[in-house]
Amino acid sequence: MTINEIQDQIIDEFSVFTDWMEKYEYLIDMGRSLTPFDIAHKVPDFLIEGCQSKVWLYPSFSNGIITFTADSDALITRGIVALLVRVFSGHTPDEIISADIYFIDRIGLKQNLSPTRSNGLLSMMKQMRLYALAFKSKQEQL
Amino acid sequence: MKLPRSIEEIRSDFPILSVKVHDKPLIYLDNGATTQKPVQVLQVMDELYRTANANVHRGVHYLSDIVSERYEAARETVRAFINAPKREEVIFTAGTTASINAVAFSFGERFVHEGDEIIISGMEHHANIVPWQMLCERKGSKLRIIPFSDQGVLDLEAYRSMFTERTRIVAVTHASNVLGTINPVKEIVTEAHRHDVPVLIDGAQSIQHGIVDVADIGCDFFAFSGHKIYGPNGIGVLYGKEKWLNEIPPYQGGGDMVASVTFEKTTYNELPFKFEAGTTNFTGAIGLGTALDYLTALGREAVAEREQALLAQATGGLSSVSGMRIYGTAPGKVSLVSFLPGNIHPYDAGMILDKMGIAVRTGTHCAQPVMDRYGITGTIRASMAFYNTEEEIDALVKGVRKVTEMFA
Repeated sequence: MTINEIQDQIIDEFSVFTDWMEKYEYLIDMGRSLTPFDIAHKVPDFLIEGCQSKVWLYPSFSNGIITFTADSDALITRGIVALLVRVFSGHTPDEIISADIYFIDRIGLKQNLSPTRSNGLLSMMKQMRLYALAFKSKQEQL
Repeated sequence: MKLPRSIEEIRSDFPILSVKVHDKPLIYLDNGATTQKPVQVLQVMDELYRTANANVHRGVHYLSDIVSERYEAARETVRAFINAPKREEVIFTAGTTASINAVAFSFGERFVHEGDEIIISGMEHHANIVPWQMLCERKGSKLRIIPFSDQGVLDLEAYRSMFTERTRIVAVTHASNVLGTINPVKEIVTEAHRHDVPVLIDGAQSIQHGIVDVADIGCDFFAFSGHKIYGPNGIGVLYGKEKWLNEIPPYQGGGDMVASVTFEKTTYNELPFKFEAGTTNFTGAIGLGTALDYLTALGREAVAEREQALLAQATGGLSSVSGMRIYGTAPGKVSLVSFLPGNIHPYDAGMILDKMGIAVRTGTHCAQPVMDRYGITGTIRASMAFYNTEEEIDALVKGVRKVTEMFA
């Protein structure tokens, strides 16, 4: 699936919720079912520190595809982290760099990714693009 | 002591208390961060800009005279409110942080040298840590930290044993912004004065909750912010004993703080103007004066009594939630409760409560050493003001219960 197809799928999933409570319960569930993060990667190098919650992000790159794993100490943040990993992971650096991320706004979670939110999510998204740029330049050097 | 008017009537003085957030009535329990403003304060600020705006102490013209008089009347209101002996001892600043920084700089310049020691407590807000650390870096002096118990009570015995010949100043919070503890500032001052060491009290979390009498406390400096006592942002107060204010140098240079200026030498203006360089926040000061008058009219003892009742209700209600941990159980507290329900991350809880229209503070509360002391990364803090209602406290407890169900 392309990044946009995944985004549309998420929007579709969220469209069934009639109130915020269901939406957050779904996020919490997703946070719970996020692929376990390798404890060996829970080190400062992969930590994105927000003032309120922490996010860890680990990238790997093989056969031209970037795979992300991530985690957070707060469950709602982890739910959103799970969504971001689902959207960004498994794509080429170019696809990630040029992606237009619209699903956050459409599922009503924009508030969670505003620059004033100190949960580390906005930095996480930026960091994912930075990794994509880094892998791209590494690829071009080869 | 009873409030002179019903809570409904008092609440109607605060326009923001009737707004809705996420389609729910706002339940504002973040008064420790900032308080809401009564219409009396809003009106006086509006009226000032409409009818009396001119720079203070500058012109001979009508408006300048009027606004200068009102500015000085506000200073007198503050003086009376904190029972400072003299109006010259009341300096308007930008807030508590600015006041503490001013003392750390000016007092530090004059009296702190390499190897000297400064005593603060382990429960300080960053605003009463960092300025002293900066001073220590500049001067090569060091901080001594008064420890506190699990309940959140300062260890006065340890404090008494901390004084040495090198102790230059003590800076302690009157009330902890995380634990709520009201510290025995009078005892703290008495002990310091036995060693001829002056004391600064951070009053950011105490001034709004009852009677604060600086003459009775005996402190040498006292700092507080306008916005935490129903006044405007960007205005605060530094009270300092005249003898200290005369001895320490100004921390900012500019207009109005000088007596005469030549390129060779400048002599400083008298107190309090020596410490009020540049155009001051005179609208803020006058707004603050109005806020203090508002509180005085309600009755500060009645306000304190009501807040203590809300505190008891919140503490009792929250304690009944299973897995609840409350941080700060000192016998004397201001009306705030820091808590963690089970292992739920404060950010998660805060997000859900927000969706219910309940505004609380989550995180480290700018007091990371307090978090470290308990080995936690943050708490949820509900801080009550007199305008909060019993129903709002019930809603908080119900909301927290719902949160624990969601994250169970």
